[in-house]
Parts: sequence; structure tokens; C-alpha cells
Amino acid sequence: MKLSQTETPPEDCCEDSNHRLHKYLRQETLPTTFCVGCGCGTVLGAFAQAVDELSLPPEEIVMVTGIGCSSWIPSPYFKADTLHTTHGRALAFATGVKVMLPRMKVIVIAGDGDIAGIGGNHLIHAARRNIDLTVFMVNNWNYGMTGGQMSPTTPQGALTTTSPYHNVEPPLKAAELVAAAGANYVSRWTTYHVFPLAEAMQYAISKKGFSFVEIIAQCPVSYGKMVNMRSGSDFLNLYRDTSIRIEQARELSEEELVDKIVVGKLVERDAEEYVTKLYQVNSEQSAHKE
Amino acid sequence: MPGPAGVVQMDKASYEQICRILGEKRSFLQGDVACAYGALLAGCDFFAGYPITPATETAETLARLMPRLGGAFVQMEDEIASIAAVIGASWAGSRSLTATSGPGFSLMQENIGYACMSETPCVIVNVQRSGPSTGQPTEPAQGDMMQTRWGSHGDYEIIALAPNSVQECLDMTLLAFNLAEEYRNPVVVLTDGEVGHMREKVILPEYDEIAFTARRQPTVAPADYLPFQSVDESLVPPMATFGTAYRTYVTGLTHKESGLPTTDDAVAHTRLITRLVEKITRHRVELTRVEEQFLDDAEVAVIVYGITSRVALNAVRTLRQQGVKAGYLRLIGIWPFPEEKVRQLGERVSRIIVPEMNLGQLVHRIRELVPDSCQVSALPSIGGRVHLPAEISSALMTDRKSPEPEGQHHV
Repeated sequence: MKLSQTETPPEDCCEDSNHRLHKYLRQETLPTTFCVGCGCGTVLGAFAQAVDELSLPPEEIVMVTGIGCSSWIPSPYFKADTLHTTHGRALAFATGVKVMLPRMKVIVIAGDGDIAGIGGNHLIHAARRNIDLTVFMVNNWNYGMTGGQMSPTTPQGALTTTSPYHNVEPPLKAAELVAAAGANYVSRWTTYHVFPLAEAMQYAISKKGFSFVEIIAQCPVSYGKMVNMRSGSDFLNLYRDTSIRIEQARELSEEELVDKIVVGKLVERDAEEYVTKLYQVNSEQSAHKE
Repeated sequence: MPGPAGVVQMDKASYEQICRILGEKRSFLQGDVACAYGALLAGCDFFAGYPITPATETAETLARLMPRLGGAFVQMEDEIASIAAVIGASWAGSRSLTATSGPGFSLMQENIGYACMSETPCVIVNVQRSGPSTGQPTEPAQGDMMQTRWGSHGDYEIIALAPNSVQECLDMTLLAFNLAEEYRNPVVVLTDGEVGHMREKVILPEYDEIAFTARRQPTVAPADYLPFQSVDESLVPPMATFGTAYRTYVTGLTHKESGLPTTDDAVAHTRLITRLVEKITRHRVELTRVEEQFLDDAEVAVIVYGITSRVALNAVRTLRQQGVKAGYLRLIGIWPFPEEKVRQLGERVSRIIVPEMNLGQLVHRIRELVPDSCQVSALPSIGGRVHLPAEISSALMTDRKSPEPEGQHHV
């Protein structure tokens, strides 16, 4: 497995057409437009790895994305049916796709601003329905594509271009929110935890019902410039040093967990998912309609 | 589990099954309900919506009937999500619908633009109510005529139909689905709170009276398929829906014929947008639907649409009985605008009255088209009040230079 975190533009990686994950990518779109040190490439690699481990044919996947850097992880790079939608609405579009194509794996990859900010309401309700979607929310703590504005997940006190003195808002705990709303599977990992991340993505794709992985991923260019963390490794070191397994975190107080990234599986349930129940109503009705 | 593998077809057995569920061939229905019936007869198998007066009955009807026909009814968390799900379902191969009114229609605008840009067939029923903002939720209006045309940002074309009866609610919604597929474009059915809530006799069309336009599928292999390349003079590309192994890429970004984004290329953007506009405007004549009465020798005329046409025809008939050469042109297809019909009328009559349940919207488009020799006057009525026939006949008889009738504002 070759999931490298490089500090220089991986100009030659797309020429390595012998790489076993290369077949999942739209060749004509490479190299990616991601910035130097961006975490999105790691997420793309982990995702392709998860699909490969599952032997899931890309023809059985529909990717749905929103607007922002992390929406570009599958769109246009991952070669499957792809609906690159409007800002924040990926989950609502994905709902229509999944209801009418239940046999397909419908997977959403988008950012924190997209999914938890402008699309927050759709997130709550998709989780509440427990619809069989897989959502990978790439959380880089800011609006990166527009140049580094504060987002709903920006840490309190952090500097961004729209919180130039310091951010006074506390961040949204998106994974905890989704767990509370009724999702069947929720976990959180970072781009430092590449192998557990790829495993969690694989599990989330297989898991029936609404599954959600929050992926903390670095943005050394737009976010890093304001907090003086200008390289990808600055963030990976931070993730390594501040992350804590959820099993350990449960022993700690809220105060002790400030500035910690809690990683691991937050919740797993086996509640019946939405589309199955929707079509059960149809079966019941067609049984005594004549 | 059901769910269409490819695209919806309407065979006789399906038609008969739908008719069994709908019940009597002749019935007494509300306009909103008739829209739902028209959708089902068009093969609609997906509805997503959010409750809103005066459009809720369409959703309620489909919530009841859709499961019995194997389709899907989804109540979403808001109207933005509703139109998003409708677009997603369309790419999943379904014939999809939402129904709403002003506030919800406003919320949908961004995604309606997305549907135009991504060439996604879908149908939106907008039961217009009095606005702006929350306005008068239970009162009819025609305030969204221009929003339908221009509500989303950027350059695009839309197809819109305005029924004036409950029967036409059924017929126009059915037609809307076929036009959506034929042109790969969203189609808006513009009813209003009056047409939507009134009850009239409706006759279900016979099987051989129903045209069915199936989605055009690509005939080439996935490797050779360009989802946004026009292959003939229609300018409408075949559409490979998701799950058919074409691995189609769809975006709202400016895109190449392959679908892949190209966001800083003026030539590619111009080529794409010009085609999206021309695939509608090139078919303006085919998309023109009007009702013409008493126009052969008309000296003055009314141009009207929706519920207002019912009273306008009454007014014109009364004037005819009095020997006045009044004519009646009803616009059924609103967008693309039936330019030629309006231009020709403007060349023949000296005065055109445009009664609208707004402060003057389509009247501006009409003024652009007619020669200076023809006076064009708006006749607004807002607040939920449908015009009285006497107001229209009086306006037809009033020279524009004379004082305005009390309480009416010249626009």
C-alpha cells in the first residue's frame, strides 16, 4: 500500500499507471489541483484503498459531492457516476439518488463548511432518517477554497481571514451531532491515522444505514498561513500529539479534552435504514391495493 | 427492492394500473390533485417536497398514491432539499416532481439553475400565492412569472406552462414531464392558489391520447460517450443515467462535452451556454401553446394567462355581444415566450390589455414585441383578488390617454 504524505507536488505520481489504485482515477484529470501539503490526496488514497479492499466495482458507486476543496476528492478524480452538486446540498441530492437506485453505493465526500455549515440541516435529517448513505466529511477547520475563512469547525481562538483577531465561536462537534441524530455508524480519524482511516472508510461503505466518518485533514495553505503552520507535517505532528482514542477520552473530563482530537468509533447501531422501510410501505400497499 | 434499472416506460398495463388507482375516469378534483394525477399518468415515480400552502394537496395526494404504484414519496427537510432530491432522482433514471409555492420556489432557485446547467429533466409545480415573502399564503397570485424566467443566476432558458383549469392542471403536468425529457431541462407548471384549490370536472385521458417521451439513451459505448455533446440538430444530448455503467460525470461548473469542469475558458463557457439556451429557443415555435378566440377581426385584445383568462374570456364575449371587436389571446406556454403570436397580434390591433395578478410582469415582455402603433396597458390586481370581467372590458374600452379607473395603477 502506497499512501505517501509528500511535501512536494507529486508530479510524477500520476505517471505511475502501474499503481494498483490508479485504475480508480480519471486519468485525464491528473495531476490533482490540491495544494502542496493538502490532506485531500491522503483522503483520496485512503478512499481508493477502501474501495479496492472491498472489491467494489466503481460501476456500483455513485459519488455525490458539494462545493469546496474536499468535494474535489472524488469529483472529478474518482471515476464513478458522479454528481457534483451545489454548495451544501450533496446529502439532499444523494437522497434522491439512493431512493431511486437502492442497489448502488451512494457515497458523499465533502468538507466541513459544505456538510456541517451551509448543509447542516440536511446532515441532521439524513442522519435522522438513517438513510443508507456513506458520508466522509473532510474537516480542515476552515473554508479553504475561498482562501481561509472561519468555518463552523474552526477551533475557538484560531486566526482566520474572517476572524483576524481570533475566533470567538466554539466549533461544532459534527460527528457527535450525527451520532445523536440517529446514524448507524460514526467515527472520526485524521490524515495522520492513514490505516485506521482507510479501515473506517471501508467499514462505513459496507455498513447499512447512515454512516459518517469525520476526517480531520490539514490545510497548510489557506488555514496554515494564519496560524503559522505552513507545512502538511506541522498538522500531522499536531494530530499525532493531540489525538486521543475515544476509549481513553471517556475517562477524561470535558476540560481535559479541550484541544484534543477524539478519534475512533463514536457509535455503531443496527437500526433499520430508511429506503428499505420506504419500500416496505409500497409492498404493504400493493399487497392490498387490488 | 424496486427502483428503476434504466428509464421509465409507459406501457398499456402500467397505464391501466394507474387508472385503477386513480379511480373514476370522470371525477371532480382540485387543481393540486389534478397535477398529481397528471404526474402519475406521465410515469412520475419520484416526488420530493415540503408542505406549503396552497400546494400541499399535490404532496398529500402523491403520499397516498405513490406507494400503491411502486414509486417513492419523500418529504424532505425543506424546499432546497426537495428540488435537490428531485434532481438526484432524475439522474437515477426516474421521472421526478416537486410541488411548491412562492417561498419554496424562491428557495429552489439555485438548484433549478443547477438543473438547467446539468441538463436534468424534472418538473416543478409552482402554485403561486401572493408575495413577496410570506405574503398572503392562501391567496392566489401570478407574481412568479419573471422569477420563473430569471430567478436563478446567470444565463439560462426554462420551459413554463400556465394552466387555467383543473383539467389543464392534469394535462399540463403530464405534458411537462414529456417536455422535460425531450429538452433535458426543468419544466415549471405555473398554477396559482385559485386554479390549485378550485374543484372542477376532470376526465382522465385515454391511453392512446397520452404521448410518452422516454429519456433518450446513448447509443455508443461508455468509452465513446460524451454526456454533454449534442449529436443532432435538437442540441439535446442523450442522457446516460446513473447505474448504467457509463460513469457519467455531472457538475454545475462550466464543463466540457465530457462533463469535466473547465472554469476559465471563455470559449468553452460560451459554447456550452449558447447550446443550453438555443436548445430551447430554437424550438420556440414547437413550444408555443396559445388559445386564440375572436382574433380574426379584433381591433382591441386582451393577452392573458392562468385563472385570469377565465374572466377575460367572459369580458371579451360580453364586449362582442355589444358589437365591440375585442379579441382574446391566452398564453399557455409562458417560457420560452410565444413571441411570434404576440408580435402578430400587436401588428393587427390598436390596444392590448394585459390583466395580471401582479403589478405588471409579462406586460413588459409584450411591450418589447409590439410596434409603437399598439397601446399596451397593464391591468394589475393584487391582494388575492381575481379580476372582475367588468374591469377587463372597461380597460379594453379605455384609451390609455384617458384617466385611469380609480384604484388601479398604470404600470
